[in-house]
Formats: sequence, C-alpha cells, structure tokens
Amino acid sequence: MRRRINLLIGLPIVATLGALALTALVWTPYSPTATRIRGRLLPPNATHWLGTDEFGRDVLSRVMDGALVSFRVALATMLFAIIVGSLIGVVTGYLRGWTDRLIMMVNDAMLAFPGILLALAIMVILGPGQSSIVIALGLAYTPSVVRIVRGQVLSLREKEYIEASRMIGNSEVYTMARHILPNCIAPIAVLGTSMFGWAVLSESALSFLGLGVPPPAATWGNMLASARGYMETALWLSLAPGLCITLTLLGINLLGDALRDWLDPRMAAR
Amino acid sequence: MLGYILRRLLMTIPTLFLVSLAVFALVRLIPGDPVSLMFGDGGTPEQIARGRAALGLDQPVFVQFWLWLKKVATGDFGNTITDGQAVLPLVLQRFQVSASVVLVSVAMAALIGVTIGVIAAWKQDSKLDVAIISLTTIILSVPTFWLGLLLLLLFGLKLGWLPVIGYVPISENPWQAMLFLLLPVATLTLHESGVVTRMARASAIEVLRLEYITHARAKGLSEARVLARHVLPNAFAPTWTLIGLILGNLLGGIAVLETVFTLPGLGRLLVDGVFARDYPVVQGCLLFTALLYVMVNLVVDLFYPLFDPRVSAE
Repeated sequence: MRRRINLLIGLPIVATLGALALTALVWTPYSPTATRIRGRLLPPNATHWLGTDEFGRDVLSRVMDGALVSFRVALATMLFAIIVGSLIGVVTGYLRGWTDRLIMMVNDAMLAFPGILLALAIMVILGPGQSSIVIALGLAYTPSVVRIVRGQVLSLREKEYIEASRMIGNSEVYTMARHILPNCIAPIAVLGTSMFGWAVLSESALSFLGLGVPPPAATWGNMLASARGYMETALWLSLAPGLCITLTLLGINLLGDALRDWLDPRMAAR
Repeated sequence: MLGYILRRLLMTIPTLFLVSLAVFALVRLIPGDPVSLMFGDGGTPEQIARGRAALGLDQPVFVQFWLWLKKVATGDFGNTITDGQAVLPLVLQRFQVSASVVLVSVAMAALIGVTIGVIAAWKQDSKLDVAIISLTTIILSVPTFWLGLLLLLLFGLKLGWLPVIGYVPISENPWQAMLFLLLPVATLTLHESGVVTRMARASAIEVLRLEYITHARAKGLSEARVLARHVLPNAFAPTWTLIGLILGNLLGGIAVLETVFTLPGLGRLLVDGVFARDYPVVQGCLLFTALLYVMVNLVVDLFYPLFDPRVSAE
C-alpha cells in the first residue's frame, strides 16, 4: 500500500517537472535571459504568471529553463557515476588481487571525504560551468557505485551459472556483460535514483554559492541566490525556485522509495 | 576489544595519507602558478624564481609533498595570500563558529529524532506513524538553504524577533550570540531530525520484531520500560553511525547555511578563499575538514561497541 502511495504521488511530480524541463527545450513563454528594465520586479500577474525578477526577466521562463539545466546536469552526473563506477567495480571485483586492493583503498579514501566538499574542490580546479559540475559531482558519487557493483561481482562470480557460462566457452567479457552486469541493475537503479536527487540538490547548493552554473543562465540555485536581496519586497522570487527544488527532491525520494520496495521486497515492510 | 580498536586505528593511516595526498595534488592541479598569483602582474622573473625556490616549488613533486607533509604535521598550514595571516589559527577560529552550530543542532536532532523514531516504530502503521513518515519525507525534501531563507524571512524580516544579518562571538556577548545562532541551529535541527527519525524508526522496527522483546513483554514489563530498556539502546547503534556521517556531511556542506545566515564559519572561509583564489586558505580548509571527517568517523567507530557489543566480539 505504502509503495502504491509513494508511486502515485512521486511519479506525477517528477513527470510534471520533467515535462516542464522538456518544454523549455523548445519553448518558454518569454526568453529566460531577456531583460526589460521597465518591467522590473512585477508581482505575479496575467502576463507573467510567476512575476518578473530584478532585471525584468520572466520568472516562469527562468524556472522552466532552470528545470532543464538542473535535470540535464543531474542526469549526466548520474550516468557518469554509474558508467564509470560500474566499469571500475566490475573490473576490480573481477581481477581481485593487488589491483583490487589498491583501487579499493583509493575508493575508500574518496568515500572518507564528504561528497559535497570533494565536488567543491574539483570545481575549484575546473572552474564554474555545467560540464564542470557534472565531472565534479560525478567523480564524487562514483566511489559508492564502485562499492556496490564490486560487492555484487564478488558474490556473483562464485555462483554456479557464472561457472557454467565460463564452462561452455563464453569469454570473460561476455560473461560479465551478459550475466554479471544485469544482476547489478537493481541496486544501481535504486542508488541512481537517489543520486539524481543529490545531484539536483548539490548543483543548486553550488550555484547558490556562486560556484556552480554562472549567470545569466538560470538555475534554481542561482535564482535563489539573487532573490536573497529582494526577500521582503519580492517574495515570489524566492518561492518559485525553492519550491521547485523541494518538489523535485520530494518526487525523487518517493519514487526512490517505491523503486526500492519493488526491487527489494524485504525492505518493503519498513 | 583492544584488537578492534587497534584494527580501526590502523585503518585510518592509509586514509589519512591518501586524503593529504589528494588535498596536496588538488592545489597543484589548479591552473596557474601560486607564486605568479602572489605577485599578481608585478613580479619580475627573478622575484618569481626566488619565490618558487622559497616555497620549494623548484623541487621534484615527491619532495614537495614530503616537505609539505612535514610542515602540516607540525601545524604549519602556510599563510594566506591576501594578507599573510597564518592559515591554521584562522581555520580554527572560523571552525568554532561552524562547530557550535553543527554540534548543538546534531545533538538536538539526535534527541528529537530518536524519540520520535522509536515512538513511530512502536505505533507502526498507525495514523501517527503515517503522519510522522509523511512529515519527515517532506522535511527531507526541503533544501536547508531555502528553509533557512524562509525562517529568516518569517522571524527576521516579517516578525522582527531575530536579527537578520551578522554575528557576535559567544565570548563577547552570550545572549546576543544566541540570538544570531538560533535560526541556523533551528534550520539544521529541523532538517537533521528528519534524517535521524527515519533511521531510528527503521532500526526500532527491526528490534521490535525480535524475540527478546516478546520475552520482555511476556514477563510483564510495562511498554514504557520495554521501549526505554530494550528497544532504545538497540535501535540506537545504527543511528549513532548515522550521526557521525551527518556531522561529517554538515562540516562539508555548512558553507551554504553560513551564506544564508552570514555566519563567519569555516564553510564561508573556504568559499571566500575560492573566490579570492587564496589557495593556502582553500588547501587549509579542505585538509582540516577532511581530517576532521576522518577523526569523527574514527571516534564514532571506536564508541560503536558501547552501543552494540557484538561488533567488538567479531
């Protein structure tokens, strides 16, 4: 029952926000970066549903464009971490020996570093920008993927059907791709969902600090940062982006819970 | 027990080494030479060469790392580029601000979260439980910096009960300091109690299913005693580990909250250092936070057997 509710609430939220982002790909009510000095700080009205900001830019258009940027960054981050992490995890779990020990030592040391701090440090090297965020957050999230995939590989490689696959003459690469990787999909899917949420939150936090996506591009984080100065006079500027981040995280969390319960029924009772 | 402590202590050594190597490498990877940065546009080639030699930058990288490690081990984190101040005292001074916010919030969140979590588990699937779960799910989805902004708007700007911008050290005026720290602490406490509640509830449910709980009830103990004496201590062990993780993550992520509330903490120092391209500061903050994170996790693990004796018996 709980699973159904999680899915019933989480899916529409994520779908709506996703649709908003996709729409921004081809159309926004106004240009998200076009400034209009005479239309500054207008409260929400019939022509500007969510009002305008301190440069007269349409907030709804910026929120939509922000959704596109956030989701694109989060999706790329997730894929980066999953692909790199799975590759390293499979190879190290498969090779074992001293390569495994060395890689895991580095991996554990990376896990011993708070993720957001690691990302921030990498951002310092790469400089601000969307691709920098993807690399920084992706590298910060990779170690947890490595850990899960390697664990899965270590336990799977002793199973009879893996042995059987080798016995009938399948190559190691084929065995890994055909029999080991598919078994890692469930835990990776659960982790990947949470990672998407973390990435949206971290990107917003970095952009809020001014270390993420630089203006004039709109992201929810940098919109909130510039809204700080107008909190009393133009509350709508802080409400829209904050609410979007919250709804995204809520939707993703609920969806993640539903996914976990579905893939791992033992956890469902919790 | 001694074996467990020794093993755990030994495990820290490679981690510490790799963390310091990472922090060292990081600053070397930043494009541009620190000495030319120090001189700005004004350095002659000879001056820059002398500056490089003074910092040991003309040595091979491994020698540089060794020299740096030796300095760090004696507490010399270098000097800031902007005003030549020693980095470590600066870091420590800023850390006090962050630590007071983080420690108070986490302690309060643990108290609130464990209590509510155990109650929710005890009343599993009741309306109260569903309400608690729904509430924590929502709280966990609100980013702390937005929650902080909203609280600031309500209590600072609209109601005018609390100051909006600034900070007073506790040593100067404890009452004033408390007013400034109230909102950041409230924001963090609210958010982290959500995390702790969920964890405590999940572990309490596991414990409540065990036979010794049935036994405790069968021998006629009151529900309150069963919860306090048998459920709470056993449900606390996983939460204790989580508290360590929260502490570490907060130290890493505190910059955002310090920006919202304009607190002169460690996170703010790091971010300002990044903007000013003051790499000794960035390096110092990163190294200090990372070491602290390793230490917090070490302490958490060392105390873990107190809450779950099975671990040391392994």
